[in-house]
Amino acid sequence: MSPANTFGYVANDTVIHRLSGSTKLIAFIALSLIVMTSYDTRFLIGVMIFSLYLFYLAQIPWKNIRILIYFVLAFSVLNLLTIYLFEPEYGVQLYESRTVLAEGIGRYTLTAEQLFYELNVAIKYFSTIPLALIFVFTTDPSEFASSLNRIGVSYRISYAVSLALRYIPDIQDSFFEIRQAQQARGLEMSRKTSLVNRITRSAQIIMPLIFNSLNRIEVVSQAMELRRFGRNKNRTWYRYRPFASKDIAALALVVGIVLIGMYLFYVNGGRFYNPFQ
Amino acid sequence: MMKQRQTLQPIIQFNHVHFQYDSQAEKNLIDVHFDVHPGETILIIGPSGSGKSTIARCINGQIPNTHPGKLEGTVTVNGRDVYSSSIFDLSLDVGTVLQDTDGQFVGLTVAEDIAFALENDCVEQTEMRAKVEGWSRRLEIEHLLERMPHQLSGGQKQRVSISGILVNDIPILLLDEPLANLDPAAGAETMELIKSISKQHQYTTIIVEHRLEEALLADVDRVLVINDGRLVADTTPTKLLKSNVLSEIGVREPLYLNAMKYAGLDVSSFPVLGNFMDVSLSDRQLVQIEEWARSIPKSEKPEGKGAVLEVENIDFSYTESAGAKTLSNISFSIQNGDMVSIVGTNGAGKSTLAKLICGFVQPTSGNIRIDNQETSRLSIKEIADHVGFIMQNPNHMISKTMIYDEVALGLVNRGWPEDQIRERVYEALRICGLYPFRNWPISALSYGQKRRVTIASILVLDPKILILDEPTAGQDYAHYTEMMAFIQKLNVENDMTILMITHDMHLMQEYTNRTLVFDAGKLLADTEPSAVFSNPELIQAAHLAETSLYQLGKLLPSMPAKDFISRFMQYDREVPR
Amino acid sequence: MNNNKPSSITTLVAVGIGAAVFFVLGRFLSIPSGVPNTSFETTYPFLALMSIVFGPVAGALIGLIGHAIKDLLTYGLWWSWVLSSGVTGFGYGLIGKRLRVRSGEFSKKDIVVFNVGQVVTNLVAWAVVAPVLDILIYSEPANKVFFQGIVSAGMNSVAVGVLGTLLIAAYTKTRTKTASLSKE
Repeated sequence: MSPANTFGYVANDTVIHRLSGSTKLIAFIALSLIVMTSYDTRFLIGVMIFSLYLFYLAQIPWKNIRILIYFVLAFSVLNLLTIYLFEPEYGVQLYESRTVLAEGIGRYTLTAEQLFYELNVAIKYFSTIPLALIFVFTTDPSEFASSLNRIGVSYRISYAVSLALRYIPDIQDSFFEIRQAQQARGLEMSRKTSLVNRITRSAQIIMPLIFNSLNRIEVVSQAMELRRFGRNKNRTWYRYRPFASKDIAALALVVGIVLIGMYLFYVNGGRFYNPFQ
Repeated sequence: MMKQRQTLQPIIQFNHVHFQYDSQAEKNLIDVHFDVHPGETILIIGPSGSGKSTIARCINGQIPNTHPGKLEGTVTVNGRDVYSSSIFDLSLDVGTVLQDTDGQFVGLTVAEDIAFALENDCVEQTEMRAKVEGWSRRLEIEHLLERMPHQLSGGQKQRVSISGILVNDIPILLLDEPLANLDPAAGAETMELIKSISKQHQYTTIIVEHRLEEALLADVDRVLVINDGRLVADTTPTKLLKSNVLSEIGVREPLYLNAMKYAGLDVSSFPVLGNFMDVSLSDRQLVQIEEWARSIPKSEKPEGKGAVLEVENIDFSYTESAGAKTLSNISFSIQNGDMVSIVGTNGAGKSTLAKLICGFVQPTSGNIRIDNQETSRLSIKEIADHVGFIMQNPNHMISKTMIYDEVALGLVNRGWPEDQIRERVYEALRICGLYPFRNWPISALSYGQKRRVTIASILVLDPKILILDEPTAGQDYAHYTEMMAFIQKLNVENDMTILMITHDMHLMQEYTNRTLVFDAGKLLADTEPSAVFSNPELIQAAHLAETSLYQLGKLLPSMPAKDFISRFMQYDREVPR
Repeated sequence: MNNNKPSSITTLVAVGIGAAVFFVLGRFLSIPSGVPNTSFETTYPFLALMSIVFGPVAGALIGLIGHAIKDLLTYGLWWSWVLSSGVTGFGYGLIGKRLRVRSGEFSKKDIVVFNVGQVVTNLVAWAVVAPVLDILIYSEPANKVFFQGIVSAGMNSVAVGVLGTLLIAAYTKTRTKTASLSKE
């Protein structure tokens, strides 16, 4: 597997790429949080259009994200259906109004409120997912750790994240090698065997991976200690990108959007925008 | 070279040092006493488990900080008492490059890894950039700064590790088995690099190794020989090579020296021994060597006993990765009972070939036949009944905690009855010399024994062909000899066909009758090992290095180097070790 | 390896490497169940072992970071579940304090303690924390998220009960002293 497949980051020189990693991280977290909490449809549509526009600006090659998008779509549709399956009239409760569009079988009616609620959920997916994709595909993994450190995460934990990204390709290679070795010895993981059997047999792959990783942990921690990791209260970052004026502007925009979202909580008297009253 | 330095204060002092790890029953170092002076290049040599790594850990402070134990005597490094110093403080005096290049490389990219220690010292970005740039240029890796570790070769990673130490302007450089993960070409380059930077920047350099001949390329001033925890020699390379110390403790002598001794030359008469390039041989002596070589009868090439593996016009391209490991138009056939080495750089396609033969991946076109049976319709499991693949890292194969269970696993998965499994497992364990340990946990075994467990776990499936990936990597001479004697026994007594992916030139020469050379996905040559060693183009393509034997062979008045090498090997095989 | 508590750097590296393994297992070695967001994970048995060996904080971080990376590279972050993975790791780590796995002990009684603990942990993390967060953050219908949560808690309990117990038992076997061995 090439690193491009593992982490997605594609070097480019768009407006989005030129922003510092910290800016993107803050924007990603702040916008995701407000989109997750708000159920104001107008606001959500606004943010969705905005994030799709950013997505367009970031020029992420379609072939890199195609499979990801299909995954997300399938997941979204499945989740929307599940909500309906469990609470076909959840929208009616939320919006305290009931507009039946079609009587179905038993409790499975079709109401405008339910459709509207599920529309909101769908819009949420389509505004947060582009944000996540932009973050993953335009942020150099090397900037990740310093960005986390910048927003207040301790440098040790920040570096642990960096180590995870560093060793994923190596561990992935080990994993494939181990799986092949076990397959050659007749390991069967297909549905032909019983579930408990499948679970216990996966130990044949996980055990070697664990021992391999425990060795790796020992060596890596020695290597880091011998180069004085953890000696000081903080550390500098080779890849750290200081804030420029475009970062300030971007962050101001994000703060603006979040404030609008919060203001709408106040206007709507809650998280929901209710067109049915 | 080191004359005037002797007058300086020693930079490292071991004063009658005894050491015992808390976790072990016996002392690992016994009365070790030596000095190292500033600017010296020291080679610490000895077989596995001799205590040479323990000495290294006493220098960089991993003893007692990471590996607690009882230390008697004193170790002083740059005026500091090691036992009462922290690893952090000592790391400002001693820069350590660990054996495991992947473990050592903790940054996401080359530049970050070089800067790692500077980041930890809170150095400002501009200063960091300047230092990283300067050192990467000096070590000729400035074009790699943006690369990630898995896009680098072993030799390149090694250079990054060394740069990551040098950025701190540390007086002492400590390298723990720098050759362990490198191919011969990269190993030779690393030694040259160590030589040039140590001389240029006046570093005190300590190299811990068990491969003497290659390590001597670093132009070492002194060799400390460790055996069973004791310092058995502290001398110059020349004096060491004239003595019998090496053969007594089981460290391999340089091959050219073997040849000289076989030919009856008096090695004690040479003023300088060590790196072959520094040894001066007279015309008369060369003639004597050639006459000796001529007296060895050339062996007959044994006839093939029918093809057991046929590879026909194989093409392969990875779809997921960057296409680095493609193979194109590969054809060869392996005779029953062959012992073949497969060589080439990392990414040349050797491992991909093994994976194709085992059915882990499918060729885009072409055929593979094992025992006249097409493998394309067989599952991985079915192919495994014919071909066993022993991976380089035994930890990738071992998934059980007890030896018996591990070896039995393949048969258990195949649903064999228990009594038959027992019989087969015991037989495989006997062949591998592990029968006495059959009820032991695997964690109690040495690395070499673990490798045997993985071989036993494949042998129970009774394959005709065994593919071994780097069977001798990281093993000292004694273990190497033991492992290869075992593989040879499988070949001769158990009638197995053996394919070995290797960088080990000794292994190729001594144990295989044929070599496949891969380069950039193509089969470049399919010939005798001695033909590879006497062909500079093949040596370069396969990332091998010129052996001292070839260098000696080239100097001979009339015998071609290829002839000389194969005659030497013929003779060497018959000398009792 | 010694039986002392791991140093702070070792714990930190264990978090990094552990998160990487969590990601790899989550991506390549899970058995989907058909219910959205729920699958038969091999990650949690692995997490159980790591948390018990390296402690609750390391466990929480491995769960958190590993799950976050996995989500970011598959679909967007599902925050409530990421946090629950953290809670899970923390809970497993707390059980570890009552065991002596690092010194090679894992008796029948320990197995019971571990399994009671892991089931409680899974219930708290997946049948309480995750659905409550789902309701708070996403305002999803309660019976849907509680149903999903209970299914996950059950599945993870089974996976950890079978595979986790196996992994820990195997790990402790490698920590036994070798002095008592003799050739036969």
